[in-house]
Amino acid sequence: MPSLTESAMPAAVTEPIVVLHDVHKSFGQAEVLKGVSLAVPKGDVICIIGPSGSGKSTLLRCINGLVPINQGSIRVANFNVHELKTDQEKIALRKEVSMVFQQYNLFPHKTALENVMMAPIHVLKEGRDEVRARAVALLGKVGLAAKQDSYPGELSGGQQQRVAIARSLAMRPEVMLFDEVTAALDPETVKEVLNTIRELAQEGMTCILVTHEMRFAREIADEVYFTDGGVIVESGPPDRLFDHPVKERTQAFLSQIL
Amino acid sequence: MSRSSWTTPLPPATDLPVLLPPAARLAHSAAAERAAGTFSLRLQPVHGVMALVLFLVGCAVAEAQAKAGDPSVLATIWKWMPLLLRGFLFNLAISAIAMALGTVAGMLLGFAQISLLPPVRKGAWLATHFFRNAPWLVLLFYCMFLLPFQVTVFGVTIPIPDWIKATFGLSLPVMANVSEIVRGAVQSIPTTQWESAASLAFTRRQTVWMIILPQCIKRMLPPWMNLYAILTMATVLASIVGVNEMMTLTRQALSAENRPGLLLAFYSHVLFWFFLYCYPIARWTVRLEAKYAVPH
Repeated sequence: MPSLTESAMPAAVTEPIVVLHDVHKSFGQAEVLKGVSLAVPKGDVICIIGPSGSGKSTLLRCINGLVPINQGSIRVANFNVHELKTDQEKIALRKEVSMVFQQYNLFPHKTALENVMMAPIHVLKEGRDEVRARAVALLGKVGLAAKQDSYPGELSGGQQQRVAIARSLAMRPEVMLFDEVTAALDPETVKEVLNTIRELAQEGMTCILVTHEMRFAREIADEVYFTDGGVIVESGPPDRLFDHPVKERTQAFLSQIL
Repeated sequence: MSRSSWTTPLPPATDLPVLLPPAARLAHSAAAERAAGTFSLRLQPVHGVMALVLFLVGCAVAEAQAKAGDPSVLATIWKWMPLLLRGFLFNLAISAIAMALGTVAGMLLGFAQISLLPPVRKGAWLATHFFRNAPWLVLLFYCMFLLPFQVTVFGVTIPIPDWIKATFGLSLPVMANVSEIVRGAVQSIPTTQWESAASLAFTRRQTVWMIILPQCIKRMLPPWMNLYAILTMATVLASIVGVNEMMTLTRQALSAENRPGLLLAFYSHVLFWFFLYCYPIARWTVRLEAKYAVPH
């Protein structure tokens, strides 16, 4: 009974679902993250921008435990990510946090539909029929209902990336991480992927995006973080950050790009 | 500016595996694989013609040296053919069993080579390289002389015939080569596949069985078949340790005939049968290699 009352308690709406505090990460001698702190409220979309090599991708990989951190703390939902040791613990976390990659990374030996169905069936141990229905619906949602039996090699980059997004969504995660998902796409197909992410954001999915699409970041983000040299230089609501950057480094970066 | 740096080579200062361009990594592992690979059997039709010519020359030599009243060379070979072909079937049986044993053991050893536990990985590496680089004949002799000729289990004495020892001895280098084929194939799969599987909360075991291995089968098949063709031809080594396979029987037939002139004809006859068996395998291997050579 106590567990019932606990779960019946109103969820702390304002409490952030992802909290990073003073995260440090080194690869050998190279310190990639030098004390990053940020908090993402549930349902928010945040965009991380900054020059290549500033640690953006590493930051995302720390959040789902792909990369262990050296110092600081990461909290995602009920998980203290920096304390997860065993594979089992990391797997429990990754059921809640899904990631989409720049190079799509679909499984080439499986069809689009199978790509979407695999993890729910084998990881979440859900029934095949139920998963299939959900996978078909998800592929429909990303506009690929007609392509469900195609192999990744037969799909365009934009289509593959949308399958990858559907594959992540099929896990029904709490948080979605996007690692420069449009960087490998041509300008026309970028749009179809961004539309998919936009819909997702409007539905209230918590999203953390590493992106070079400044216009998109401005439109979609609740908060934008500008990183350089392993630290967050400046953050704020998109209009403020893009129109009135305070820090010189931010101004220099934005003037190069916009 | 920042976008283009994804396609240009990164400064060597980075050791972030996620930042290394996959293409460069693939090319590197492919080159390493080629360097480490077993030599490839490239049987051509011309090799068959050469075997045939050798046989015909052998027949001519035998006929020239024949004494009056000797039966013709072809008739002599025909007479021995049933026995010799039984020997050849024995060669094929040895090759099939050694391949089966070596493949199963080699798969296990190959997986041990990619284990996350350093002692397992290093031990498997050592075993692989020991058996891969030791001469096949030496391994064969080891097995002949180090294995007992019989074992007693629960009071029942089971004899171990020579051919089983020879088969076991031949399976050792097969094991080591299969181990390398497995390791090479697994490592040729881009690390991004492991990464995306991990992100979808697959366990390591699930990742290996469902995602990595199915992609490896195609890459492993051609070198595996090549290895089988090489093994088949190596089964004649068993004649040195006294197994009654085709080579041994040929030698016995020759000594029974007591006609030195028959030597070339008889041995090139053996060669021809091996060519007949191995050539289709080699051609098929080449076809599969071409089919699966997918540019990434």
